[in-house]
Amino acid sequence: MTRKITLGSVLLYSTLAVLVIVYLTPAYMALITALKMPADITLPRAWEIPATLNWSSFSEAFGMLRPNLVNSLILTICATALSTVLGSLNGYVFSKWKFPGSEIVFTLFLFGMFIPYQVILIPLFQTLRAMNLYGGLPGLILAHVVYGLPITSLIFRNFYAQIPTALIESARLDGAGFFSIYTRIVFPLSVPGFVVTSLWQFTQIWNEFLWGICLTKYTANPITVGLAQLAGGQAVSWNLPMAGSILAAIPVLAIYVFLGRYFIRGLLAGSVKE
Amino acid sequence: MREVSRDKIKAFLALLPSIILIAVFVYGFIGNTVWISMLDWGGVGALAENPTLNFVGVQNYFDLFTGFLDGRFRQDLVNAVYYSVLLLAGAVGIGMFIAILLDRKPRGEDFLRTVFLYPMSLSFIVTGTIWRWLLAPQGGVNIVPTFFGGEKLSFQWLSSKQAVLLFNWQNLLPVMLYVAAFVLIVIGLFCLKGNPPRALKRYLLPGLGLGVAVWLFGDLLPQIYFMEETHGFNLATLGIILATIWQYSGYTMALYLAGFNGISQDLMDAARLDGASDWGYYRHVAIPMLKPITISAVIILSHISLKMFDLIFAMTGPDNAETGHPALNMYLTTFRANEFSKGAAIAIVLFLLAAMFIVPYLVSSYRQRRARS
Repeated sequence: MTRKITLGSVLLYSTLAVLVIVYLTPAYMALITALKMPADITLPRAWEIPATLNWSSFSEAFGMLRPNLVNSLILTICATALSTVLGSLNGYVFSKWKFPGSEIVFTLFLFGMFIPYQVILIPLFQTLRAMNLYGGLPGLILAHVVYGLPITSLIFRNFYAQIPTALIESARLDGAGFFSIYTRIVFPLSVPGFVVTSLWQFTQIWNEFLWGICLTKYTANPITVGLAQLAGGQAVSWNLPMAGSILAAIPVLAIYVFLGRYFIRGLLAGSVKE
Repeated sequence: MREVSRDKIKAFLALLPSIILIAVFVYGFIGNTVWISMLDWGGVGALAENPTLNFVGVQNYFDLFTGFLDGRFRQDLVNAVYYSVLLLAGAVGIGMFIAILLDRKPRGEDFLRTVFLYPMSLSFIVTGTIWRWLLAPQGGVNIVPTFFGGEKLSFQWLSSKQAVLLFNWQNLLPVMLYVAAFVLIVIGLFCLKGNPPRALKRYLLPGLGLGVAVWLFGDLLPQIYFMEETHGFNLATLGIILATIWQYSGYTMALYLAGFNGISQDLMDAARLDGASDWGYYRHVAIPMLKPITISAVIILSHISLKMFDLIFAMTGPDNAETGHPALNMYLTTFRANEFSKGAAIAIVLFLLAAMFIVPYLVSSYRQRRARS
């Protein structure tokens, strides 16, 4: 099974090698800059690998971003859990209990996924203020749960479409109702659906910035806002923003590297492909 | 039979909370933003407990497009258009190219896919922070050529004041008519295969006629604005476009790769038997078959580029006018300048632009679903 070395394969592999270098460059740059002593960071020598590794930037950045990381963790876990559970229930109805007009309702749901969120920002801000939820994490969680409904319902609807309807029919003949079919048949089969949806929601909510900056006060800022403030400061040397970027990226990168298959499935499901 | 209908009611009731939430938080809020955009809510009194608000109709929109103070919004709008077009071309083109390379099943395909797709998992704030460093004028990308014995570049990636493809906003009417003519011609070309006479009569000839008429008599049209106001493609946005392409080309790659894998081996073999080269196979068989994927990619990327906010915020800061974007402008207008009504009007303009892509897409996918069930 040895492949012949042809002009085509040389071309293929060399093109791929160039592309790999280009795609990895930002990660390389972030890592070496984070590992340099602040005094060694100069623009002309930005590409050089540091002679001695300085890990203290990470602990310093962690110290500064810790409150934001804690906020993001609470926010992401709560909002992901709530929106996936609701999405699962919605997906179950949209795929197995269609009612007249359910396709229209579903399409109207999907629309919510594509709107630029600026268009709901002012009323959202006002509503949260009126509900006394402005500034803290509960308001942000509410926003993420509501605007996560379209995508979670979509992923679960497509996932449940694969469960044979005959299974539901026979359970119904045996006398099972709406909720008992869900708890006994559909929910136990849902584990892969939950994995895909939670990973998708986790990365989206972790990475979100607009609501984080508009709807929370300083003490409740998520990690993206904390990082933007850290990186926006003029006096800060570049090692801290780079270390901070790596810290902010690690949770989602870990998910992506170890559970990439599910991540990609969420990605494809998010493109409304059925 | 009664049991079934009671279950259907239960199903509907289970969905009801979500329906109410979406109805209020999506549709209600959009309606509310439309309403706010027609008030004069802003300025000093904006944060008062009970501000007095007056209805001003479309005055805010009128100001945005022709007013003296809102030139920045118009530049941002122009930026957003160039930004979307270049992002679409770059991300779809490069993503498709990498997908074709990976479809050759090179060794280490899994590793390669991981490398090309990892930027997608990052936050725009992370991407922006890192790329700002990469595009620093005296370092980063600009000194790469020196490693190969070349000259140092001096391009100001994120702060260049240079603009190309300038046009005069004062001539807004002719510009819009040109756009309309262009759209008619494009539609006509698409219809040409299916129904040539209709395409010719309805789209091509009127489009050409309109274009020629504006070209000949455009100077006679009334000018909206009394001073010349030029807008163009700011070169400072190139850095942002580059970073976005880096982040999203892996996404289009994943879409195309999934599509290529879905094409049956038989079809590929058949194409080979008919004498198609590799290039011919992709050009005439695979890529045309994946038209739905191209359409989804265009929809997703255009809505991402229209709401782009975090990346620009992280790369050039909120106050850099050269790389501005309506989404960022909306944030600044609303939450920094407290001009709520004007911010709402910007949001509605953005929303309408996005809806132009989304609504036809959702309608067609709804029709498909109904046809299937």
